[in-house]
Amino acid sequence: MSRIKFSRKWLALPYGIFMILFVIIPLLLILAYAFTDVDGHFTLENLTGFFGSASNINTILVSFIIGALNTVICLLLGYPVAYFLAHRDMKMPTAIVLLFIMPMWINFVLRTAATRDLLYWMGLNGGAHPYLCTMIGMVYNYLPFVILPLYTTMTKLDYSQIEASSDLGARPWQTFVKIVLPMSAPGIVSAATMVFMPTMSSYVISDVMGERKLSLIGNSIQLYFDQGLWHMGSIVAVIMLLLIAFGMVATKNVQKEENVRGNMW
Amino acid sequence: MESRASPVGVQGAIFCFGVMNVEKENVIIELVGVTNRYNDTVAVDNFNFYVKKGEFVSFLGPSGCGKTTTLRMIAGFEHPTEGKILLNGKDIADLPPYERPVNTVFQKYALFPHLDVYDNVAFGLKLKRIPYETTDRDGNKVTKYRKLTKKEISKKVTEALKIVDLEEFEWRDITTLSGGQQQRIAIARAIVNEPQILLLDEPLGALDLKMRKEMQIELKEMHRKLGITFIYVTHDQEEALTMSDTIVVMKDGQIQQIGTPEDIYNEPKNAFVADFIGESNLYEGTYMGNRKVRFLNHIFDCVDDFPANEKVNVVVRPEDVKFAEVGKGMIDGVLTEKVFKGIHYEYTMMVGRNEVTIQSTRSMETGVPVSVNIAPDLIHIMKKTIVSNVYDDAYIDNDNRVIIAGGAFDCDVTQLVPGSSLDEEGYVIAPDGKKYDFKDADVLVDVSLSDIEIIDNEEDGVVCGKIVSMIYLGNHYQVLIRTEDDEDFVADTEYTWNEFDRVSVRIPAEKIRMTLRGEVSKYVKD
Repeated sequence: MSRIKFSRKWLALPYGIFMILFVIIPLLLILAYAFTDVDGHFTLENLTGFFGSASNINTILVSFIIGALNTVICLLLGYPVAYFLAHRDMKMPTAIVLLFIMPMWINFVLRTAATRDLLYWMGLNGGAHPYLCTMIGMVYNYLPFVILPLYTTMTKLDYSQIEASSDLGARPWQTFVKIVLPMSAPGIVSAATMVFMPTMSSYVISDVMGERKLSLIGNSIQLYFDQGLWHMGSIVAVIMLLLIAFGMVATKNVQKEENVRGNMW
Repeated sequence: MESRASPVGVQGAIFCFGVMNVEKENVIIELVGVTNRYNDTVAVDNFNFYVKKGEFVSFLGPSGCGKTTTLRMIAGFEHPTEGKILLNGKDIADLPPYERPVNTVFQKYALFPHLDVYDNVAFGLKLKRIPYETTDRDGNKVTKYRKLTKKEISKKVTEALKIVDLEEFEWRDITTLSGGQQQRIAIARAIVNEPQILLLDEPLGALDLKMRKEMQIELKEMHRKLGITFIYVTHDQEEALTMSDTIVVMKDGQIQQIGTPEDIYNEPKNAFVADFIGESNLYEGTYMGNRKVRFLNHIFDCVDDFPANEKVNVVVRPEDVKFAEVGKGMIDGVLTEKVFKGIHYEYTMMVGRNEVTIQSTRSMETGVPVSVNIAPDLIHIMKKTIVSNVYDDAYIDNDNRVIIAGGAFDCDVTQLVPGSSLDEEGYVIAPDGKKYDFKDADVLVDVSLSDIEIIDNEEDGVVCGKIVSMIYLGNHYQVLIRTEDDEDFVADTEYTWNEFDRVSVRIPAEKIRMTLRGEVSKYVKD
């Protein structure tokens, strides 16, 4: 008889160790780097220095705008797609959803480079139109993340509620605004969080598509790290972390209420 | 059109000849030749009936009978493939739901979870535009439309909530309400719009028995107070009997009977209605003529009139079988079962091989002989609907088998020529030496109900199908098997099957009676 009683919680041990090694310690390291100088003394200079620079503020603003724009465009494109896919008369919806999801299976770097070349071939030069090309790359990459949660929410819409709305005198557009849209709100929020935050922090897409002509938060972290400015890079990482945490809290209420799956956070 | 659309209803049967037009004025909705087909299945087949203003009408029938489809066509969620739906004399068959002055109470309530009780009930009112007269700059009278004011809406919502007894619930979240409360809100949401017709699609189906009984009474009361026409869909015969002014009994997309609850209970038109409405003893009998009918091995006096020697179905309600002094009743039998049902006992009496269900308040011993009487006016006789299976589109194939309902059945082709025999090549040789080839010959096939064998295993029979109905006739079941091609086999069987069972059908070759269509000389082979 073994004296150590086996408990199911030991099964979590490998992951626990992994978490400590690769999540908690690095996070603490980032925090430590963010608030120390080269000699290891505590300082707020990194923070004040970051906000003191106009180009850094500009980077955050551009990241925010690109993130917001990408979210809006993806929602505008993805919502009708998900709506029609989830319609009960739709034949083979899974096959078509798959078609939208499939690009996600192709290697991300390859896919982005291919998109750039495709645009170049079509006459859109990343160097000449960095913002436009970056936006196209972003939308292309994040559209599946919008369609999937929206589709999941919409397949769960109760068709009888739509009929009830029509029965009570609502024209199709009124039913859409008053019933379909509010009821798919959790899916919209979920989709938005899946697009907005990763867009803000992405750097490969802006790097490749914009030919390094524009700088998002992710690009500025990379730039600092490349130059060996670990402390500055860390403070940017902390700021981004706070931004994401803030976004999470802001959308949490909607999430909890409707309990929708499909959020990867 | 007027005569074709003549109502099948009892009220119609009474009035339609004399005071048709007077009667028509009170009609709020009328279905004329309404058919609904989905792919190849006919959900609703040529419905003709009307509903009078203020009436409480129930569509009653088992699942798949077309009752919900009919309701949905009136609501506008589905459109008839053929026919007209006349609302106040105007065809609304193609109007979308939002343009119809009818409202629906849905089976699963279909309340809007993102709105509170008040906003759910106010939903229709907020969309409503009411006409008002005004004079424009030139002094002409014009009709304009305006929204209801907040105050008007609030007043109506409060009133509606009062009717369903939930005044205090205005600001509650839908998800915090019980099933019964949600049902009331769904009713309030519909009646607040003052529809001309309120459609109710099995609204009490999700409630428990006690709640259902209470709501039945409340709905009836609401109907009385509001004066709105109610069309109520249910599969619960008791519910329909309790609440309705008129019941439309449906089965398989066809109207079986329209009438008041009393009519339908006391004078069912066919065995299906008798079996579906209330409990009943159903038998096959023979009308002897002269107001006498024979069933249960006894000749009873009765009040109905039929041609002599006609095969009939007989219905006797369990409460109409009365115990008599032993040996002095009309029929004798033995009680085999006794179940206490609260206000009465339910007995099963065996008369030979036939079962008789009896309801009585008297407590009797089981296992002893008893005698019972049935009063002549409580014996209800109906025309027997199906006497045998007849297929008029059957034909003979290459191998001298007959094709019925898509299946190739072995049969005896020599019956087509009296005294003939088969040669080794499969030709029919007549006694006079003539040779016949019956390949592709069209025949009329007739098979008795008792000659159709039902087989559990789908592979063992010739044709597969689904059991769509089963009626107990005292000592055997009459089972209706429908194939995928919509062909029916009606079989008498002593075994119990279940509705919706998939079974296959076999017919012994010698039991298939065939008549050649057309001249036999056509098939002579030289």
